[in-house]
Amino acid sequence: MQIKPILAAMRHHRAGTVLIALQIALTLAIVCNALFIIQQRMARVSRPSGVDESNLFVIQNFWADQSSPQRIDAQMRADLLALRELGSVQDVAPANSFPMRGSGWDNFIKTTPDQIRSTLDSAIYFTDDHTLATLGVSLIEGRNFTSSEVGSQTPPDPMLASEVIISKALAQTMFPQGSALGKTIYVSGGNRPSTVIGVTDTLQAHTVANWMNEYAYNAVLVPARLLTDRTFYLVRSRPGQLAAAMRDAPKALFAQSRMRIINRKDGVMSFAQVRKAAYGRDVGMAILMGIVSLVLLAITAAGIVGLTSFWVGQRRKQIGIRRALGATRHDILSYFLTENLLIGITGVAIGAVLALGINLWMVTQFEMARLSLAYVAIGVIALLLLGQGAVLAPAVRASNVPPVEATRSV
Amino acid sequence: MLAYYLRLGLRSLRRNPVLTGLMIMAIGFGVAASMTTFAVFRAVSGNPIPWKSGQLFVPQIDGFGPTGRDPGDNGEPPDALNYQDTMALMRAHPASRQTALYPVAIAVVPADASKQPFSVSGYAVTTDFFGMFEMPFQYGNGWGANEDDKRASTVVISSKLNQKLFDGANSVGRNIVLDNRDYRIVGVAKSWDPRPRYYDVVNTSGFGDSPDFFMPFSRAIDLQMDTDGNNNCNKAPDGGWDAWLQSTCVWLTVWAELPDAAAVQRYRSYLDGYAADQKRAGRYNWAPNNRLRNVMEWLDHEHVVPQETKVSLLVALGFLVVCLVNTIGLLLAKFMRRSQEIGVRRALGASRREIYTQFLAEASMVGVAGGVLGLLLTAGGVYSIGLVFEPEIAALAHVDFGLIGLTLLVAIGATVIAAFYPTWRAAQVQPAWQLKSN
Repeated sequence: MQIKPILAAMRHHRAGTVLIALQIALTLAIVCNALFIIQQRMARVSRPSGVDESNLFVIQNFWADQSSPQRIDAQMRADLLALRELGSVQDVAPANSFPMRGSGWDNFIKTTPDQIRSTLDSAIYFTDDHTLATLGVSLIEGRNFTSSEVGSQTPPDPMLASEVIISKALAQTMFPQGSALGKTIYVSGGNRPSTVIGVTDTLQAHTVANWMNEYAYNAVLVPARLLTDRTFYLVRSRPGQLAAAMRDAPKALFAQSRMRIINRKDGVMSFAQVRKAAYGRDVGMAILMGIVSLVLLAITAAGIVGLTSFWVGQRRKQIGIRRALGATRHDILSYFLTENLLIGITGVAIGAVLALGINLWMVTQFEMARLSLAYVAIGVIALLLLGQGAVLAPAVRASNVPPVEATRSV
Repeated sequence: MLAYYLRLGLRSLRRNPVLTGLMIMAIGFGVAASMTTFAVFRAVSGNPIPWKSGQLFVPQIDGFGPTGRDPGDNGEPPDALNYQDTMALMRAHPASRQTALYPVAIAVVPADASKQPFSVSGYAVTTDFFGMFEMPFQYGNGWGANEDDKRASTVVISSKLNQKLFDGANSVGRNIVLDNRDYRIVGVAKSWDPRPRYYDVVNTSGFGDSPDFFMPFSRAIDLQMDTDGNNNCNKAPDGGWDAWLQSTCVWLTVWAELPDAAAVQRYRSYLDGYAADQKRAGRYNWAPNNRLRNVMEWLDHEHVVPQETKVSLLVALGFLVVCLVNTIGLLLAKFMRRSQEIGVRRALGASRREIYTQFLAEASMVGVAGGVLGLLLTAGGVYSIGLVFEPEIAALAHVDFGLIGLTLLVAIGATVIAAFYPTWRAAQVQPAWQLKSN
């Protein structure tokens, strides 16, 4: 196929050529960035929490009477016993926060008491000896808390943390050379030392927000019930009995005492709901970008079909002449395919530069990563194929123009 | 003549229904995507108090110092104040009106034992709060400075809570029991919920449920009511309520009303003087690092508009541009196919201007049709926006006359702009050339 005559013909419909190339370029730029956003968001969403989400739910309980810490503590112990007796419940633990909740307690963790620069953030989970079994998180080193080690405290008190269990990620960051077991760390923000007695498998921090990304899997488990106006109970149902347990547990709590508030809206949430709430923005953004990309590709394809059809209609006579002079159907078909390919290549070349430029600008404006070239490559191939696919129908119609068309001069 | 052109246009559009449909759809989708995302953006980025946003300021005082901060904070002081600095500002009162505030949550135990207790959330504020933020009252008023000083158990409740507890009757002067303590109601607010809730974007996203009550700040501190919002400490306090008040933990916001530039200047120099005093007293051992931001600067600093909202608006606008380029191409094809017709009309005496009118009229019809389609899609989009944005933000986006007008305007405007080049090309057709070739 000779390219020269195609270029010569293009000069005669310059505006249309430029418009298609421009449309391909803009579409590529937007679709590349949209796909990249989708990938980034889905990568966030698919991060593991480390807990056995399918059998887990959480009860958010407010104490209705202005209780003293002692009364809250007594009521919490009674609640925990009552919940553990339910047939549909496997285990229960008190909590101040939990993975994907969105807010909670985080502290800077120090390796020396007088470290000034705080460099390492971690979620602080107030737990008891049932927490690991409830969450379904296993220990990779060391031991669990014993029931006698579990105390209770109010938030302003110095943290009761002479023994702590830490997550794998935190252990590896703090002690890259060897085991964290038996090491002394400072988790309370003050100068009280804590000994690491166990290291858990993967356990996510309480928030999936971007500011926590670097510390997303840092967690310190402190053996204490936190006595505040709001208490969470993490409840693990027996396999397959999640719905029953979610019904039974609040009833059992109200049977214990009516002076509590469990909101109808978010008082009892399965971990599936917790996950949905935590990543709602990310999933929504991915859906939106997906819709925009699909509609955009469809409109660009339709635009190419429209303009090429017009060109075919305009050139029926020339096509007839070429056919009469010996060009085969295949020649005509490949003429239009090649013409589209040339326009497409120009378009994607501009589009690739545009895509990278837009991404660079977005990186400065928003919390966003650099666009990987693989996405540009995928986008380029997709748009070239889209163009060839779109031009196929008009090109086949052009190749069906009979040679006799040459003689029909109005 | 215009009616005739419109008839001509309609006939021409009917001749290629596929091409016409394609253009209408491109315009419709492009406009709908832009308008739906714009409806969300408009809802979250608006100025909640436009007549006064330049006079309300949030002071920030650096209580953490350079070593207490994340290196990523760019030297910005924390976005809340500690209790000591707050009380110093409240005592010195360097503004015409000012309030300290923090969120509190309380349980309400109904007198009727058969009813379940429920929790309410609100703010501990001072008397100036109501005037500064121009909160409207259904019954009664806010409390006075006197009650702040006396640490009175007074409360202003929302109309929603008033409805729930008193069936909407005038409850001023009556008592309610919050956390086992009696409070006297002095005012019932009219439904008032500025969006974003600019006075507290530190502890909320700015778009959550509206507060149920307001109580005196001094009383809340007396009762040792813990904040229902964030508390950030650069070092752990010793333990107990008083140690927390003495600590550098930040959990409070102060708002000051500064009516003119001179007042702003006075307030700034007060802050600088205060920070310098603290340095001299050895409490802070770093140079003063204060900020004073008005409402819009504060909302911007706190990133109240979610970045998803901005990114999706930008992507949607890019989408609209592609749709327009598409429409330009299709209109060009459509108009140039009629070169002969144009040639004949020109030869019979039509001026270029007439050609312009004829083809722009045709394009406007595409614009109107695209606008109507865009309007339907926008309504559908805004209705189903909850699938994409979180519920409290989705609930804010709505279709109103402004949005309907803007949608039609953008659709028609965009189509006419898209039609300029094709129309210009059509008007350039040389009559002699077209006639000769046949």
